[in-house]
Amino acid sequence: MPDADHRIYLLAGAALFAIGFYSLLVQPHLLRRIMAVNVMGSGVFLVYLALGAQTAGVIPDPVPQAMVLTGIVVSVCATGLALVLADRVQAAMGKVEPGDDAEVADPAVPSPASGEPHQETPSA
Amino acid sequence: MILQIFDWVLLPVIVALAWRSLNDRDLFRAVIKFIALGLLLAVAWVRLRAPDVALAEAAVGSGLTGALILSALVRMRRREQAATSEATGGIEVMRRVSIGILSLALFAALCWAVVALPARPTGLTEASLARLSESGVTNPVTAVLLNYRGYDTLLEVGVLLLAIIGVWSLRRGELPAADLSDRPLLLSLLRVVLPVLVLAAGYMLWIGAFAPGGAFQGGALLGGALVLLMLGGLARRVVNRSRLLRAGLVLGVLVFAMVCAITLLLTGGFLQYPSGSGGAWIMVIESAALISIGLTLGLLYLGGRPTGGQGDSADRSSSDHA
Amino acid sequence: MSVLDVLTGLLLTAAVFFFVAGTVGLLRFPDIYSRLHALTKADNVGVGLTVLALMLQAENGSEIFRLGLIWVLVLVASATVSFLIGNEAYRRGQKPWTRGTP
Repeated sequence: MPDADHRIYLLAGAALFAIGFYSLLVQPHLLRRIMAVNVMGSGVFLVYLALGAQTAGVIPDPVPQAMVLTGIVVSVCATGLALVLADRVQAAMGKVEPGDDAEVADPAVPSPASGEPHQETPSA
Repeated sequence: MILQIFDWVLLPVIVALAWRSLNDRDLFRAVIKFIALGLLLAVAWVRLRAPDVALAEAAVGSGLTGALILSALVRMRRREQAATSEATGGIEVMRRVSIGILSLALFAALCWAVVALPARPTGLTEASLARLSESGVTNPVTAVLLNYRGYDTLLEVGVLLLAIIGVWSLRRGELPAADLSDRPLLLSLLRVVLPVLVLAAGYMLWIGAFAPGGAFQGGALLGGALVLLMLGGLARRVVNRSRLLRAGLVLGVLVFAMVCAITLLLTGGFLQYPSGSGGAWIMVIESAALISIGLTLGLLYLGGRPTGGQGDSADRSSSDHA
Repeated sequence: MSVLDVLTGLLLTAAVFFFVAGTVGLLRFPDIYSRLHALTKADNVGVGLTVLALMLQAENGSEIFRLGLIWVLVLVASATVSFLIGNEAYRRGQKPWTRGTP
């Protein structure tokens, strides 16, 4: 087992990172972007753990494993917060694909850019 | 040899699934593929001999994240139907192509970088194992998390608290509408599964000292239990006890910080356990962290400040505009 | 390769067969109810066979018990979830496929 070659995991991690990167820039929908960031994170974890599994020794390196464990928990926290933020964006701007030229409207004023019936008054 | 074949089957599927989960036309299907991707990644972690990570990925990375995104999706779709929303339709072809080229270049650079890494890195295995007997636990990952790099774990528990504070500041969470009267099977499931989940969480906590497991995996199980409670419509009483809830949420950081202070007084080193008692201190920290992690993860699913028990329909209609 | 290993291999092969059968059912059956039926039944048997195969490789009784517990939990969860999906589909008016419909 210590002689197993895990190089292919490194390449898969790089692929996941690149895929997430591409989707993050190309996809306009906020939820897809959040998933893209998660996929980029998974790519990084793949590289980390593959390196840990390749270290010389009877057991794989526990430090990358601990860091990836931390990373997963932090990832889900960030995702949870990002989803709530996306929800707020949709509430403030009426749509979930902000686009490049969308301004963040003052929620108290009907936004002229979206042209939809203004439906929000923010709570405290 | 067989395992190499397994790698060559598993990883292209992971990569293809990652692509489909981000670029599928139907968003619901994309999220489902994302959840499946998480499960396949858990298999990959097992293959890379990281069972602790596999447990956390399956429970948190795939299960809870998928549940969070799904519930956000449903919420957004429901709101989109109330108002017409214009899809911007994505960006035009030229930019798509140039970003694609940039991504391919990034991929090539990353491949070159990872292939250039040493094939047998020395890593920190030796160093971790050298002092393992003094660390208080026998699972090296737990030793790294709560002894060698305990400070990072303190910050991680802090990040959990920050996330829930952020979520609570931004939004009111509405409990899922659940009518159990026509779903007796769900109630039976909950009756069986919830005690098992709580027991399994405690088991994970205890076994983390000498086998794969630990406070985070156990906390993930507790969070799952809380989500199940919410989906079954039984969470109202749990979620309305606001003071107890807040106490539980800060318990992890609080106890961890207290242990830091006490060890500073006892040994003069921040988080330096007095020799021989490391195991006990770690168990204290992990027990408090278990509760906090479980509550935080479950409440992240709620997606906001609990409405505080003033009655059902009024809260629900007002929280949708909140 | 001991007898146990051979048995494990056979059981796992049978399990894979059941999983494939369930997946074929998922892809080919015409409506949600028959798909649920195929998936639940075949996958539960597949999981059961896999667990049985792993039990043969277990080291002590505690592991065997825990593996069995996994199977029971999967059974309970998948049965409940299938019922919930089917119930919800029915409440939303999905009619079961009958021979006459295309």
